[in-house]
Amino acid sequence: MLSFVAQRVVKGVIVLLAIVVLNFFLIRLAPGDPAVVMAGEAGASDQVFVKQLREKFGLDKPLPEQLFIYVKGVVTLDLGFSFRQQAPVAKLIGERLPATLLLTLTAFAISLMLGVLFGTFAARFAGTFLDTAITVFALIFYAMPIFWVALMGILLFSVTMDWLPSFGYETVGANLTGLAHAVDVGAHLIMPAMTLGLFFMATYTRMTRASMLEVKRLDFVKTARAKGLSDAVIQRRHVLRNALLPVVTLAGVHSGTLIGGAVITETVFAWPGIGRLMYDALLQRDYNLLLGVFVICSAMVLIFNLITDLVYRLVDPRIEYAS
Amino acid sequence: MKQFWKSMLRSPSGVIGLIILVLAISVAVFGPLLFPNSPWRMVQRPFLPPFTLSTVPLGTDALGRDVFAGMIFGARVSLLVGLVSTLVALVVGVPIGAMAGYFGGKVDDALMRFTEFFQTIPSFALAIVLVAILQPSIYSIVASIAVVSWPPVARLVRGEVLSLRTREYVQAAVVTGQSNTWIILREILPNALSPVIVLASLMVATAILLESSLAFLGLGDPNLISWGYMVGAGRTVIRQAWWITVFPGVAILISVLGLNLIGEGLNDALNPRLSREGR
Amino acid sequence: MTAPATVSIKNLRIALPRSAERPFAVDGISLDLRAGKIVCVVGESGSGKSMCAHALMGLLPDTVSVTSGEIQFEGRDLLKLDDDGWRDLRGRRLAMIFQEPMTALNPLMRIGDQMAEMFEAHGLLTPRERRAKALSLAREVGLPDPERIVRAYPHQLSGGQRQRAMIAMALALEPAVLVADEPTTALDVTTQAQILKLIRNLQRNRNMAVMFITHDFGVVADIADQVVVLRHGKVVEEGPAATVFNEPQHDYTKALLAAVPSMDPPAREPLDDQARAVEVIGLDKTYVTSGGWFREDRRVDAAREVNFNILKGETLGLVGESGSGKSSVARLVMRLIEADRGTVRIGETDLTSLTGRALRAERHRIQMIFQDPFASLNPRRKVGHIIADGPIAAGTDPKVAFDRARDLLKMVGLDAGALERYPHEFSGGQRQRIGIARALALEPEIIVADEAVSALDVSVQAQVLRLLEDLKVRLGLSMLFITHDLRVAAQICDRIAVMQRGAIVELKSTAQLFAAPEHAYTRELLAAVPGRKRAPAA
Repeated sequence: MLSFVAQRVVKGVIVLLAIVVLNFFLIRLAPGDPAVVMAGEAGASDQVFVKQLREKFGLDKPLPEQLFIYVKGVVTLDLGFSFRQQAPVAKLIGERLPATLLLTLTAFAISLMLGVLFGTFAARFAGTFLDTAITVFALIFYAMPIFWVALMGILLFSVTMDWLPSFGYETVGANLTGLAHAVDVGAHLIMPAMTLGLFFMATYTRMTRASMLEVKRLDFVKTARAKGLSDAVIQRRHVLRNALLPVVTLAGVHSGTLIGGAVITETVFAWPGIGRLMYDALLQRDYNLLLGVFVICSAMVLIFNLITDLVYRLVDPRIEYAS
Repeated sequence: MKQFWKSMLRSPSGVIGLIILVLAISVAVFGPLLFPNSPWRMVQRPFLPPFTLSTVPLGTDALGRDVFAGMIFGARVSLLVGLVSTLVALVVGVPIGAMAGYFGGKVDDALMRFTEFFQTIPSFALAIVLVAILQPSIYSIVASIAVVSWPPVARLVRGEVLSLRTREYVQAAVVTGQSNTWIILREILPNALSPVIVLASLMVATAILLESSLAFLGLGDPNLISWGYMVGAGRTVIRQAWWITVFPGVAILISVLGLNLIGEGLNDALNPRLSREGR
Repeated sequence: MTAPATVSIKNLRIALPRSAERPFAVDGISLDLRAGKIVCVVGESGSGKSMCAHALMGLLPDTVSVTSGEIQFEGRDLLKLDDDGWRDLRGRRLAMIFQEPMTALNPLMRIGDQMAEMFEAHGLLTPRERRAKALSLAREVGLPDPERIVRAYPHQLSGGQRQRAMIAMALALEPAVLVADEPTTALDVTTQAQILKLIRNLQRNRNMAVMFITHDFGVVADIADQVVVLRHGKVVEEGPAATVFNEPQHDYTKALLAAVPSMDPPAREPLDDQARAVEVIGLDKTYVTSGGWFREDRRVDAAREVNFNILKGETLGLVGESGSGKSSVARLVMRLIEADRGTVRIGETDLTSLTGRALRAERHRIQMIFQDPFASLNPRRKVGHIIADGPIAAGTDPKVAFDRARDLLKMVGLDAGALERYPHEFSGGQRQRIGIARALALEPEIIVADEAVSALDVSVQAQVLRLLEDLKVRLGLSMLFITHDLRVAAQICDRIAVMQRGAIVELKSTAQLFAAPEHAYTRELLAAVPGRKRAPAA
C-alpha cells in the first residue's frame, strides 16, 4: 500500500510540474508582451511594475532559462504578485482555500449520499412509478447548467420565499461566534452546496441504479439466494457492496468537474473561495493570479483522485493481487 | 440499418430525444429566417415582462432587446459550438486511442501519459484559462472545449481497441496476411464505434453546457449572442426581471436533456444485450 | 426394493418467453431422486437440463414460467411454495453448486465468511461457532491450509479450490438433496477427477440424493447410478447407468454415445519417410508483468525450450491443461506473438526471421482455426468477404476469390447462399465450418487448430472432426492440433506432445502414448480422463 501511495505521489508531482510548464507556455501564447500579460490589466499601466517583472522572470534571457526561473518560482511557492489586489498570489489563495474546501467537500458528501440512496431505491423498485420518477428527475437535474440552478435557487429561496441567504459566507456585520456562527455559515452553505451537488447527485443516482441492476444478475447473487439468505441481507451484503465499486471510480473521474463547478457556484453566490478568486482574476485580466489558481485547482484534483483510488483499493481486495 | 432505427424508435428516451433535437435544429436553422430581427436591436422599453406583448412574447432585457430573438439566435451558437467542438475532439481522440490500443507497448504508454495529463487538469478551469489567454472568440471557444473533451474519447477507443485486438477474428485477419491499417479500419474500428457514437451525443451535450458556462462568465464571443450570455447578463437584475435568466436556461436544459436522451436511445439500440436474452 | 423417492419431479413444463426459438424449455419432464444415489441428467446445449436444476431450487429466471407439473419433496409440492417457504428450504434441505466457481462467489467477501453465511441464513449457531464450523468444513472438503483459505478472498484460490469451497458451503447444513449444475465443466481434467471423487465420497457419507447435470458422458460413466437423457426439453431415455450405456434404446442416445470419441486410438500408417512440414526449435517465451517500482515482477513461462517437428500429412497433437502453454505455443508458431528465443521453420523458410511484408507474404502457408465460433468471425462482415479477404489481400482477383469461396463452402458442407449472410445467422458448428473454409482459402500447407472443437456439442464435434480428417487427407495438409481433450487427441492425432507448464514432457506416437505412458504427468492425465474405466458402447 505504501509503495502505491509513494508511486502515485511522485507521479502527481510530475503532472503538476508539467502543468506549471504548460502555464509558462500559455503566457507566451497570449497576444502581446509576456511581461505585460503577467502584469495583468491593472499592472500593465504601471511601467515600473512591468520592468520589475521583466527582470524577475528574466524575460530577455533565452527560453530554457526563463522556464527554469519560472518553475523554480512555483516550486518555492512563489506564485507571483497580483498588482490589482496588491498581495502575493500564494497568500490570496491560502486565504480562500478553506472556503472552497468546505463547499466542495460538503457538496460531494451530500451528492454521494443522496445519489446512492435514490439509486438504490430506483434499482429496488425497478420498473415501477417510483423508479421512473427518480430516473426522470435524475435526467433533468443532469441536464441543468450549474449557473442556472444557482440562479433558480436564488430566485426561489431568496427572492420569492426569503428562506435562505443568497450570497456570502456569513451574515455581514453580525460578528457571531461559536455555535451561532456555525449555524450562520451553515445557512449560507446550503444553497451553494446543493447547487453544486445536484448534478453529481443525478450522476451517482443513475450510476448506482445501473450498477445494482447489473450486479443483481451476477452468479454470486444466485449463490446467495441458494443459501436461503433473506432479500435484505442479499441486497446489502452482496449487491450493494459490489455495485458501489464503479461509483467510487466515478467519484474520482468527476473530481475535476467538481472543482470547475465550484468556480461558477462561488461566483454566483459570492462565496469567498478560490473559484471566486479565479472569476475576479478573469474580470481583471490578472493572468498571473488566474494561472496560480489554476495550478492549485489541479493539485486539488490530483489529491482527490489519489484518495478515491486509495479508497477503491481498500474496498476491492482484488486490486492488490491482480496481475 | 433498418434494425437500428427500429430499436431506436422502440426506446422512449430515444424518441423524445430525437424530437427535441429535431426541434432544436429547426429553430437554429429556420428561426433566424422566420424571425429576422437582430437580437441586439432595442425594440421595446427595457424590462418588459413576458406574455404581455405579442411582438416580444418573452419580454425584453435591461437594454430593451427581444429575449425571444436572443433565444433563436442563441440556438445557432450553442448547437454549432456543440457539434463542431465534439467533431474536433473525435478527430483528435479516436486516432490517438486507436493507435494506443492497437500498438500497445511504448506507443501506448506515451499516448496514455499524454491523455492522463489532460484528464487530470480540471476541464472547466482549463477551458477558462485557454479562452482567457487566447481572447474570447468563437474559434478559441471551440478549440478550448475540444481540448478538454478529447481525453475521454481516447480512453474509450483505446479500451475498445484493446479488447478487440485479442478477439479471434482480428487474430484471423493477422493470420490471413492483412496489413495493420486494414485491420484497424475494417476489423476493429467498425466494431468499436457503437460506444463512441453514444459518447459523442453525450459530448455534444457537455459541450453546450461548457459553452454556456463560459458565456455566462463573460468569456463568450462578444459578437454572438448565446444563451449563457443572456443568463449572465440577467443575473444582476434577477429580482426585477426573472424572465431574462429563466427562459434561456430552460432552452439549455431542454437541448442538453434531448441530447442525453438520444444518447440513452442510441445505447439501447446499439447494445442489444438485454433485448436478446436467453439461450 | 427401491426406497421412496426423496424428490419426485412430475410432468414439469417450463415456458420460455415468446421471442424464444421454442415454446418450452422443459416439456413434460418426470424424474426421481433417491437418497444415496446420483442421477446424471445428460444433454447437449438447449436440452433444458440446467432449467430442471434451477426449478428444483426455485431459482428460475424471471423470464420463464412454470406452466404445469409438480415437484414433490418431504410431502410438499415445491412449486406451490412462497418466497419464505423456499428460503427456509434452500441451503438447509436443498443445496446447489454451480458451474463457474469464480463468478459464483462474492469477490469482496472472505471464503470463511461466505461459508458462515449458510448458518446465518437459517439463524443457527453463534458467530464463533459458525467460524469453527467453516474451518472444519474446509478441512472436510480437502482444502489445503484451511486456516489461510478461510481468511482468503475468492480470487486468491485456484479453480479447484474454489469449487471445493462451494461444495463445503452447500453441505454445511447437511441437506438431503444436492443439485450440481455442471460443476466440473470449467475445471482442468485432473482437478475434475479430484472433485468428482470428492462429490462421490461426500454423497455416500451423507446419503444425499444428487442431481448431477453434465454434457460429458465420461463423467456420467464415472459417477452415475441413474442416467436421464434430455433432448429439446423432453426425456428421451432413462435408466440405470449400466443399461443406458451398454443397451441404449433411443436413437438419439445411441448417436450421442457413438459421437463420444473412444479412448482407443485407431491404427495409423507410419509417416517416417515424409518431408518435414514444420520444424520448431528451442521456442522460449516468458510473460512478465511488471510489479511497478517497488515490487518484484511476475514471470510466467509459456514456453520452455519447446522442440518438435510435423511431417507432411501428419497431425501432431499438443495436449495439456490450462496454463500448460499449448495455446501460447500455437500462437508462437503462427507468429501472432513473438518468441523470446527460438526458430520456426516451414519447409525451408525460417518464419521467425521474417518481418513486415515478407512475413505477410509467407503467412498463407500456415493457417489457423480458432476455438470460439462466436468470436472468430467478424460480426459485421458477410461470410463471403470473411473467406475471400485473405486471398484478395494477397493479390488474387476478387471475382476469382469469391468463386473459390463458393467452392470452399461446398467443400465444408455449406451452400453457396451463405456467401451473402452474416455470421450471427449460423449455428456454432456451421461457424466453425466457415472458419475452416477461411483457413483453407489461402491454400495452406499446415493448419493449426486451436481447440477447434472444444466449444461444440459432442454430436457437432464428431461431424467437424470427420470433416477435418477428410479435408486433411484430400488436400495433403499437416495439422497441429491443440486440445485439452485426450479422447479427441486419441482419435485424430498421429503423434501427441504432452505439455506441462510450458515444457513438452512427453512426445510419442498416439498408440504408444496411450499404451505405455512414461512421464508421471502423462500417466496422471490419462488416469484422470473421466469414463476410462467403463467404455461406452462401441
